[in-house]
Amino acid sequence: MKLKEITIALAGNPNSGKTSIFNNITGARQHVGNYPGVTVEKKYGNVKYKGYKINVVDLPGTYSLTAYSEDEVVARNYIINENPDIVVDIIDSSNLERNLYLAIQFIELGVPLVLAFNMSDMTKTSGKKINIKLLSKLLASPIVETVGHKNKGTKDLLDAAISHIENKDREKIEIKYGDEVENELEEMSKIIEDKKILSEKPSSRWISLKLLEQDKEIIDKVKKEAGEAYSEIVHRVNKSIKHLSNILRDNPATVIADSRYGFIRGALTETHKETETGKVSVTDRIDSILTNRIVGIPIFTVLMWLMFQFVFKVGAYPMDWIDMGFGKLGDLVSNAMPEGLLQSLIVDGIIGGLGGVIIFTPNIILLFLCIAILEDSGYMARAAFIMDRAMHKIGLHGKSFIPMLIGFGCTIPSYMGSRILENKKDRLITMHVNTFMSCGARLPVYILLAGAFFPQIAGNVIFSIYVIGIVMAILLAKLLRVTRFKGESSPFVMELPPYRVPTLKGVLLHTWERTWLYLKKAGTVILAISILMWILFTFPMIGENYSKDYDAEVASLEQSLESNEIIEEEYEEGIIKTEAMMGAEQLAYSAAGRIGRFIEPVFEPLGFDWKLAIASISGIAAKEVVVSTMGTLYSIQEADEETESLRENIASEYNPLIGYNFMLFTLLYFPCMAGMAVFRREAGWKEMLFQIGYTLLLAWVVSFVVFQIGRLFI
Amino acid sequence: MHLNEIKPKTRCRIVKILGSGGIYRRLLDMGCIKGEEIEVVKIAPLGDPIDITVKGYHLTLRKNEAKKIEVEAI
Repeated sequence: MKLKEITIALAGNPNSGKTSIFNNITGARQHVGNYPGVTVEKKYGNVKYKGYKINVVDLPGTYSLTAYSEDEVVARNYIINENPDIVVDIIDSSNLERNLYLAIQFIELGVPLVLAFNMSDMTKTSGKKINIKLLSKLLASPIVETVGHKNKGTKDLLDAAISHIENKDREKIEIKYGDEVENELEEMSKIIEDKKILSEKPSSRWISLKLLEQDKEIIDKVKKEAGEAYSEIVHRVNKSIKHLSNILRDNPATVIADSRYGFIRGALTETHKETETGKVSVTDRIDSILTNRIVGIPIFTVLMWLMFQFVFKVGAYPMDWIDMGFGKLGDLVSNAMPEGLLQSLIVDGIIGGLGGVIIFTPNIILLFLCIAILEDSGYMARAAFIMDRAMHKIGLHGKSFIPMLIGFGCTIPSYMGSRILENKKDRLITMHVNTFMSCGARLPVYILLAGAFFPQIAGNVIFSIYVIGIVMAILLAKLLRVTRFKGESSPFVMELPPYRVPTLKGVLLHTWERTWLYLKKAGTVILAISILMWILFTFPMIGENYSKDYDAEVASLEQSLESNEIIEEEYEEGIIKTEAMMGAEQLAYSAAGRIGRFIEPVFEPLGFDWKLAIASISGIAAKEVVVSTMGTLYSIQEADEETESLRENIASEYNPLIGYNFMLFTLLYFPCMAGMAVFRREAGWKEMLFQIGYTLLLAWVVSFVVFQIGRLFI
Repeated sequence: MHLNEIKPKTRCRIVKILGSGGIYRRLLDMGCIKGEEIEVVKIAPLGDPIDITVKGYHLTLRKNEAKKIEVEAI
């Protein structure tokens, strides 16, 4: 038997428990994507139930359907364009009035609606009584009581949705806005119908209502599609607004919002008996400590410190295992395959590249675990409340603090963590400046160079780089705010939701989704770039073109060993040195080496030679690679940041000014290819290219100024 | 009087929302409408934003936004 297919759109306020209802309905059969053209996440899933195949689309959580935020536009357009069979609006029972405001707007759209009064157990204990039957009649929509986190009422909800869809004579109600507004709506609807402005979706009355509210998105749409009739309808709208403002002494948008809330209040007074308990709620008691004037900030600081430690200290263990695992895998393949190009491609290019992606997974899992807990518990909003003043001063949002802090550990999760910012401009500015928080991969470079050039004061020198990064982030945030992301910073009007105990299932699902997204999308891109980098550093092969006859050198070493002129140790040292020199020559001969030489003139005003140029290029793969590339360049095998001979070689070749300058340069240019792949995923190609371009420019300019001024003094 | 001038732990009534555009619409959507009784609960540790209760829930907004809400004492 073929199943009948129906589509449910799940809507509701943020913090209404919508996600847990979605999880209850779909279980594990869910997918995450993006709505076309925007970064808003689209979650969907399906379930077979009583002979139906039910598709469930999770709309973004919104308070309203005005065009205030991208989320609201997405939710609204989905209803209008995709015509779901029914909207299920999840209502937080402890706050009916504000939650029903969204429901009213679905009624205005004329879409079939079922309400889920969620967390109904909370209202029973708090002594609120609702006459559900009567309220359901007043709203002409079935109401089902649910408790999302206990998976109660899910089946009832599906039953109600199905029977409401199948109900052929559904009652329809219209929200009335008072005679004056109704008259104007009628006039405007007439013009819209006569001139066939826009299709009749959802209704001419609704379009008139939105025009009266001066909804920017609808105005633009009408402008685009109305053609010649545009001036006529605009004229009519302006006349109506003027007329209404005169009689009602208020903006029509106010009057309309008033009527909506008036309708809700009317319905609730009829059905709602609140027995005032007069008790201070749990949330208020918790808040008297967590957002306290004196201890609020210290508690926040400690929580952030704990989170940072958790993400990076605990994450370090699985990261070591992954590192070891990929190392072993590389060895295994190396041993199983004959030496040669293919082996190098698989071991250095593919296994190394994939390892570079997967190694960040523990950080990402732990970070999103923390973020999920912070968000689901309600503390995230408090963190923004506490930090907003300081962050606002530098053109950011209270919530920007968390991804920026994470940036000190790793830039990739910090880009992903910027998702907690709803406003696009805030999100993009935060992402663009997160780059300057010195991540863990940059530290080895600093340790190497500071140790080589400033052995006495290495700690202070490294600290100064971190501080410069923070100062840069502040300056650039301000600069971006007044240039590229111009306009008043987004207004800060945010709910402080009641504190709740996060559910394990919700937190784990959330974490898993984000992690999978990272692995899937970033993985493919990074693999391709890893292979490209491998090609750049491997080809063309030097073959016979070595400057010296190294084979002869090796042969003479062997002879010396055989005739006991040198001991075993000296022989091995000699071999390593020869191989290192060959490696350095191969690198100089390769495409990367040629690029390094080719772009040397660009780096010259910064005091960098072609070797430092190549080291910078290799840093695109990952910043810590700068260290191993320098090892190859200065003919040191198996170099890390603590290698003394590498430090000596570098210190003898450059002066401290150049050393410091190279640290600055490493700090400022974009973090790594994995980071850029994530950046593209989160913000699109254009923003990623902007990030690459402006950080390169900034790194160049800052290093240029420092070198040119600095060399006057030495 | 405007909401930004109200001392913590004080109740007041909304008279008018000033201005237009996104922020004004947002305030309406969040339940800040004429005649509504609200309470300023507290001010953030750094002096901004403020925490108010409206329609039985907590809402936080910057003083700059609170300036746009005209209120009267009750």
